[in-house]
Amino acid sequence: MDLRYSESDERFRAELRAWLVRVLPKIPPKPALEDWPARRAWDTAWQRTLFDAGYAGINWPRDVGGRGASPTEHLIFLEETERAGAPYVGVNFVGLLHAGPTLAAEATPEQKQAHLPRILRGEEVWCQGFSEPGAGSDLASLSTRAVRDGDHYVVTGQKIWTSFAQVADYCELLVRTDPDAPKHRGISWLIMPMDSPGIEIQPLRTIAGSTEFSQMFLDGVRVPVENRVGEENDGWRVAMVTFSFERGTAFVGELVRTRALVEDLVTIARSTARNGGSAWEDDGLRRDLGHIAAELDALWALTCRNITQAERGSGVPGLGGSVFKLAYTEVRHRLGDLAMKLLDRAALSMDDFDGIESGIHVERWMQAMSLSIAAGTSQIQRNIVGERILGLPKESA
Amino acid sequence: MNFDLDDGERALQQGIRDVCKRLFPIDRVRALEAEPGGLDRKLWRELGDAGVFALRLPEPDGVGLGVTQAVLVFEELGHAIVPGSLISTHLAAGIVDGASTGDRIVGMLERNRTPRLVGHLEAADDLVVVDSEGLWLIDPASVKGRPVPRPLDPLTPMHAVDDLPQGERLAGGEEAARWRLDGAALVAAMQVGIAASCVEQAVAYAKERKQFGRVIGSFQAVKHICADMLIRAEVARAAVYAAGVMLDDPSSGNAPRAVAGARLLAAEAAVANGKANIQVHGGMGYTWEIDAHLYLKRAMLLQTRFGRNDEWAEEVARTLA
Repeated sequence: MDLRYSESDERFRAELRAWLVRVLPKIPPKPALEDWPARRAWDTAWQRTLFDAGYAGINWPRDVGGRGASPTEHLIFLEETERAGAPYVGVNFVGLLHAGPTLAAEATPEQKQAHLPRILRGEEVWCQGFSEPGAGSDLASLSTRAVRDGDHYVVTGQKIWTSFAQVADYCELLVRTDPDAPKHRGISWLIMPMDSPGIEIQPLRTIAGSTEFSQMFLDGVRVPVENRVGEENDGWRVAMVTFSFERGTAFVGELVRTRALVEDLVTIARSTARNGGSAWEDDGLRRDLGHIAAELDALWALTCRNITQAERGSGVPGLGGSVFKLAYTEVRHRLGDLAMKLLDRAALSMDDFDGIESGIHVERWMQAMSLSIAAGTSQIQRNIVGERILGLPKESA
Repeated sequence: MNFDLDDGERALQQGIRDVCKRLFPIDRVRALEAEPGGLDRKLWRELGDAGVFALRLPEPDGVGLGVTQAVLVFEELGHAIVPGSLISTHLAAGIVDGASTGDRIVGMLERNRTPRLVGHLEAADDLVVVDSEGLWLIDPASVKGRPVPRPLDPLTPMHAVDDLPQGERLAGGEEAARWRLDGAALVAAMQVGIAASCVEQAVAYAKERKQFGRVIGSFQAVKHICADMLIRAEVARAAVYAAGVMLDDPSSGNAPRAVAGARLLAAEAAVANGKANIQVHGGMGYTWEIDAHLYLKRAMLLQTRFGRNDEWAEEVARTLA
């Protein structure tokens, strides 16, 4: 066992670092949170910049236009872009991190050709149409119907938590194609163009005040049968591939960011007056921060182990993703609570307050609550760990 | 990056696992309670033959491996709750004659840690006392101690030490600091072994115990306890393996910080999983007859070795400043 990077890994890191130093100063200022067209333009422009430099789809296979980087190089990429303060994946999230990889693994050559190059170049934005008001944790009970009509499916139903729907070109959509089959066996995975007639989008406001979520109402939307990925009624298996990507690597960049924010909290603690000294002199608070830093170190080590296993294995992330997500979101909750305790009354402003860079910590305290719900709640993750890793029997339905 | 066991490490892990199964099945471990000093010299010798103590001594006298591999061995010893002064004898190899072969049992004491308690005193051939000035060798016969009538861990007899001689100087402060760091990594490895063993015991019981007409492991309330146990063990294990690697190769990270974090998380995982295992076992888990309490009690004992949790949390915090 070792934790060393190879010479070629270090070369990759050095080149990437040098490139980031060159390009980041040229990036225009970030648009306003509510200006979705501008945000789309900003995020996709960064994606184009990545593409032109050969960094788009870093972990995608070469034969679909990706860089085909090893899992270790992928880790280095996430680490260095985060460290340099490069733009986050933003509206490209669904396309790059799960729809794209799912297409790469499951789609026909025509489907890959139609979408993957455009996703990589930042020309195509995707959203996710999986959850429904009546199908959250029990996703397989989804009821959005797709009825075959010649060479089209006619889709009617309602989707929710559809991130970036207002600016998306396509939607990865789960629909019920056989209402009589057992619930896992009547689902299909469709590529739905977002400019199809019959789609109505209603933005949802999150507790953080942001508007990336939507509800999506589908009324007789016609989707070509050739837009189906995988066989008819085999969509649940395809969705499992999507989940493995969603849970597998999507949080690595997050972890890097969180480790940096712990250091920022130390800086805030040193300059925060408390009990006649600084907050950093409070034994309890200081050790709690030490504890959280230790946990984040451990999660970094766990990531390195998952990466090694991915490198030796199939390339599709394994169940280690569930272990990581569960542990990471728990730490994030405790870190958020600790940050709020440290900020005290400064936490009552969602923006930076009196020169303290507190806004990001308040925002992330709220975001932690979404982490333990999105992409499979912590309770669902515990079921997965209990049943698929520990081999405990399912609770009978 | 190769942060997973290679073939040699897997073979080493399997080898020590087999040794533990053969020499230390839980009934044999429980029977050691009746031995003087709580140890069996023949078994100790066999651990020596298996290379447990000479593991990190250079060849030809030792096996020539690093902390990276030692944590795998001590994880298995913890998993089997093998009792005795395993870590101190391992650390004393190459410093105290006869330690590396298993011919002599080397106990240890932290001089400035109170109350001053030492385990397995009657079985010890040598005692190493650790303080900030260095390592000191003491003849156990020269130590005045009172037996603790009812030790928390029944498999670790304890003495309270009233009078501790200064002893013969073995090494200086720098070596003492390294002793503490390596020792903390090995304790953490044993704690991970306990945490992992508790997951296995709880899961096995949850798969067979029936209530309300079905096995209790099918209930989410029980399943989620087991899942949390696994998470704690896995996170702590990753931390401990990383600490081992960094102790061997300081260029790959901040080793003292990694050891501190690993020791902290592993201690918590062992105690929390020890308790959860009893909870999953229900009323039977609260009986002396069922083994579950032995793992929890050993976890509590190990938590008090090589520093306290709050000291290690402090040590991690110091690296943030």
